[in-house]
Amino acid sequence: MQDLSVGTAWLHSLFLGFMPEWAAVTLECLLVGVGLMLLYAVLALFYILFERKVCAYFQCRLGPNRVGPWGLLQSVADMFKILIKELISLNHIDKFLFALAPYLVIIASMLAFSVLPWGNGLQIVDFNVGIFFLLAVSSIGVLGILLAGWSSNNKFTLIGALRSGAQMVSYELSMGLCVVTMVVIAGSMNVTDIVMAQEHLWFIFSGHIPALIAFVIFMIAGTAETNRGPFDLPEAESELTAGYHTEYSGIHFGFFYLAEYLNLFIVSGVAALLFFGGWMPLHIPGFDAFNHVMDFIPSVVWFIGKAVALSFIIIWFKWTFPRLRIDQLLTLEWKYLLPINLFNLVLMVIVVTFGLYL
Amino acid sequence: MANIQEKISGKFPEAAFNQAPGVLEVSVPDARWHDLARMLRHELGFDFLVTIVGMDWKEAGLGCIYYLVSTSTRENVAVKVMATGDREKPFVHSVFDLWDIATIYEREVYDYFGIIFVNNPDMRRLFLNIDWKGYPLRKDYDADPAINPVSIENERQTDFTDTWVERDGKIVKEERRVFQPEDFVVNIGPQHPATHGVLRFRTAVDGEIIKKIDIYLGYIHRGVEKICEGLTYPQTLHFMDRLDYFSAHNYHHGLCLLIEEAAGIEISRRAQVIRVLMDELSRIASHCLFIGTYCMDLGATTMLFYTLRVREQILDIMERTCGARMTFNYDCIGGVMQDLHPDFVKDVHALLDVIPRNIKEYNKIFTGNVIARDRMEGVGTLSREDAVSWAVTGPNGRASGWACDVRKCAPYSIYSELDFEEVIRSEGDSMARFKVRLDEIEQSARIIAQLIDNIPDGEYCVKVPKVLKLPVGHWFKMVEGCRGTFGLYLESDGTASPYRLKIAPPCLPAAAVVDHITRGQKIADLITIGGSMDYIVPDIDR
Amino acid sequence: MEVTTQGMPYEAWKDNEYIEKLVKELQESGTNVIVGSLDKLINWGRSNSIWPLTFATSCCGIEFVSLGAARYDMARFGWEVARASPRQADFMMVAGTIVHRMVPVFRRLYDQLAEPKYVIACGSCAISGGPFKKSYHVAMGIEDIVPVDVFVPGCPPRPEAMIYGIMQLSRKIKVEKFFGGVNRQESQKEFLAAHPVEGVND
Repeated sequence: MQDLSVGTAWLHSLFLGFMPEWAAVTLECLLVGVGLMLLYAVLALFYILFERKVCAYFQCRLGPNRVGPWGLLQSVADMFKILIKELISLNHIDKFLFALAPYLVIIASMLAFSVLPWGNGLQIVDFNVGIFFLLAVSSIGVLGILLAGWSSNNKFTLIGALRSGAQMVSYELSMGLCVVTMVVIAGSMNVTDIVMAQEHLWFIFSGHIPALIAFVIFMIAGTAETNRGPFDLPEAESELTAGYHTEYSGIHFGFFYLAEYLNLFIVSGVAALLFFGGWMPLHIPGFDAFNHVMDFIPSVVWFIGKAVALSFIIIWFKWTFPRLRIDQLLTLEWKYLLPINLFNLVLMVIVVTFGLYL
Repeated sequence: MANIQEKISGKFPEAAFNQAPGVLEVSVPDARWHDLARMLRHELGFDFLVTIVGMDWKEAGLGCIYYLVSTSTRENVAVKVMATGDREKPFVHSVFDLWDIATIYEREVYDYFGIIFVNNPDMRRLFLNIDWKGYPLRKDYDADPAINPVSIENERQTDFTDTWVERDGKIVKEERRVFQPEDFVVNIGPQHPATHGVLRFRTAVDGEIIKKIDIYLGYIHRGVEKICEGLTYPQTLHFMDRLDYFSAHNYHHGLCLLIEEAAGIEISRRAQVIRVLMDELSRIASHCLFIGTYCMDLGATTMLFYTLRVREQILDIMERTCGARMTFNYDCIGGVMQDLHPDFVKDVHALLDVIPRNIKEYNKIFTGNVIARDRMEGVGTLSREDAVSWAVTGPNGRASGWACDVRKCAPYSIYSELDFEEVIRSEGDSMARFKVRLDEIEQSARIIAQLIDNIPDGEYCVKVPKVLKLPVGHWFKMVEGCRGTFGLYLESDGTASPYRLKIAPPCLPAAAVVDHITRGQKIADLITIGGSMDYIVPDIDR
Repeated sequence: MEVTTQGMPYEAWKDNEYIEKLVKELQESGTNVIVGSLDKLINWGRSNSIWPLTFATSCCGIEFVSLGAARYDMARFGWEVARASPRQADFMMVAGTIVHRMVPVFRRLYDQLAEPKYVIACGSCAISGGPFKKSYHVAMGIEDIVPVDVFVPGCPPRPEAMIYGIMQLSRKIKVEKFFGGVNRQESQKEFLAAHPVEGVND
């Protein structure tokens, strides 16, 4: 299986050939930063189009097909438009917080984006509490949403933001517990170690019952975390106009819009990492020939493929289910998901302690 | 009915009577009106107030006609009350304490005619701006645009209302508050995705809990009733398409029946069958759209596209025969505009084939869904008594257990010969309202199936005089629109255009009752409840 | 210059004279090459991404719903992102009658739209009052309230007519100039200066 760290190491030595180490590291950081942002934008554009197409097919429609070949450039056109759209300055708002909120949201999602394991050896930061860092930074986004709702000085945005706060704080618990459950079986919080622990079999198979339960809860909590239907209360279109970002226009709105789709990718990426082996190809113990064939598919393709497939499921939720009411949403979390999760954690500990996993 | 007359005249010797076909007409002076109303409501069981027709009889003065129906005996009474006082300040006693819906109806009459209802706690204008000059439906109204110009300045807002109350036999003016100063009022509408048009709910909330809703209408008030007074009878028909545009055929049918009854025109059986077919087809289309938009309100957008598929198929059938997709203008006085398209029967059969399959699909996707059930069951429960008192008819009333289908209680056209069931449920919640409509699609399909192979031959339209003049008199007619009882009152002075055409739409009570059933529920439930009432705003505002 | 949009052949348009006249007027002022190609890029983006505001008052609104549904599917052209918040929408499809009480609200919605903003008057009520011409409470056309870009006649217009109308708008956006030159935005400023509203600055 090709190790992409060979490439990055080669690049590093190439830079060292004509510049001191500090300069090489700085240059690499810059390159990574630019690359990350580009990837972020491209992925977001892809996701926007992907969702529009998928939803169209669910609804017996065609979806965008006029702009560019098969409508591929539709979201590019949208981006151009949104970039140069007017930023309306409002009078009765807290201008500083109002301007800060979208950046908080997008920075949070970009930071979380940076710890994902893209491929074998292709990772930006790989430190010992990677998955913990991911959880920590992704919760900064809530702050951005709360600020957006608060600073807009609008009743709808305020209700949207408070709903969002209640929702995200609650579902963060479930998400964290799911992650902890899987960390128990992986034995590490390091992202690479988690992937490597699934070399023989993905956790969803090797962890059997507790891993399955954790997966289901993770998908539910992840959908809620990303504010997507059926948990899209903070921006419930039919209730609150556009929820917390009602007052935002132009690129500020664009940031919320991009972050929403990228969070979708991050959640499915984390799910892929925890349950489906990250970039690890599908290995079945005992079928060596099959495993060998699987290794030929590049690890980046594995990771992105898994993430997109999982986000397809989340998109499927959105276009199928009606929206929950805020009290039902909180009941679901606090009365059902959390106890099940705690029980599941104990179950996982038992499974791991007695070596009952595959 | 003679029995009722005896009872009334026993207690009210000053009452005058007139026995019109199907309805007993009583007239009393205003001083005795509230007592008579109480007797009618509590002793004689007239619990359904269909409408209050405000009238301006020029020199004879202003007045109101109350149309009342007893839901148990299905008898009709019309009470005529003349206003006291001069034209500047005419008074009639309010009956808001007897029929809940009277609060809104009286505000409408006040808005149109300036008749002040004594003791009604809310005497703001219903449709027109607070500072509107004049009362548009009075015969001496000056429609000069200079008096009431179009303004882009925001309308004056107030939390107060003037009321006139009777104290020790004297009428005094008082000021009342609509909202308390400490209320947190959220404006939902007029431009809001969930209000299905330009309707505005001023919602006082306590956190997510609704304390009170003030319904603010008039954002699409087009003054149809006044325009009709200047048009000939065939011309008035057009506006029926544009009230509740989903029940265009049903409303047309109603006005045609009324005018034909007044003019004594007999229409052919073929025309009757065609009309009923079209009514039921539009009922299916309307309920399909309801299911779609309702699911969309609850967040399940995809359902809309599945239900619109059936609607498009029906629109195709209609378009082939009527020539339009929405405002058909198909029923005319004497029959229908043109004959059926040759492919009509074939197309309808194709439609009947897909309907059961589609209903099954809707149930699979939505009705059984646990989230949908949690959102709808037990939300916005309306009891039968309240439904009658608020005059909530149609599928909404039937979901509360009130058998109010005009096609069954007072059959018109050929409905009495048809075999179909009136769908009645007892729960009265949003789920019941949703299910009633699903089941009504099946019943409508059943009616169509009975008729489609037996369309009799004959002329589709009888000859009517080019200039149609009705005799002097007045008529009242009720038909079943897609959203409930659609009432029409017509008064003719013998000319070619109506003296007064009053439209009693089913959607006004459906919207008015929202305040009553949302109190104590959550904001998200307002969307559920409002959606389940399925009101059409141009029908409310006219 | 043949202006077309959304992959429509130029001959398919019915009123090319108007757009040609518009292009001619615009070109009289002359264009810088760099600015001109930047303009082209921006206009390509703008004209292909016009998001409607969820706004409907009556019958035409229902046809607008049909336009979004599977048969007419406006998503093909990228118009399906209907925003409920005016800040994020690009154009307003004025579908239905605008009455006296609605006028201030409607004007306010227009003021809340972010630039560049466009208005399509859809249906005879929005154009001239339509069947309610004799009414005491109906605004006779919205032209006096907001500047209108495209008129779509009909009562209500068929969804096909609406598609054609929005495409015409897209075509008009394509010939606009972002950097200097004469364009529609300037006449809009004149209009707004002539029809001010208190409390709305800029």
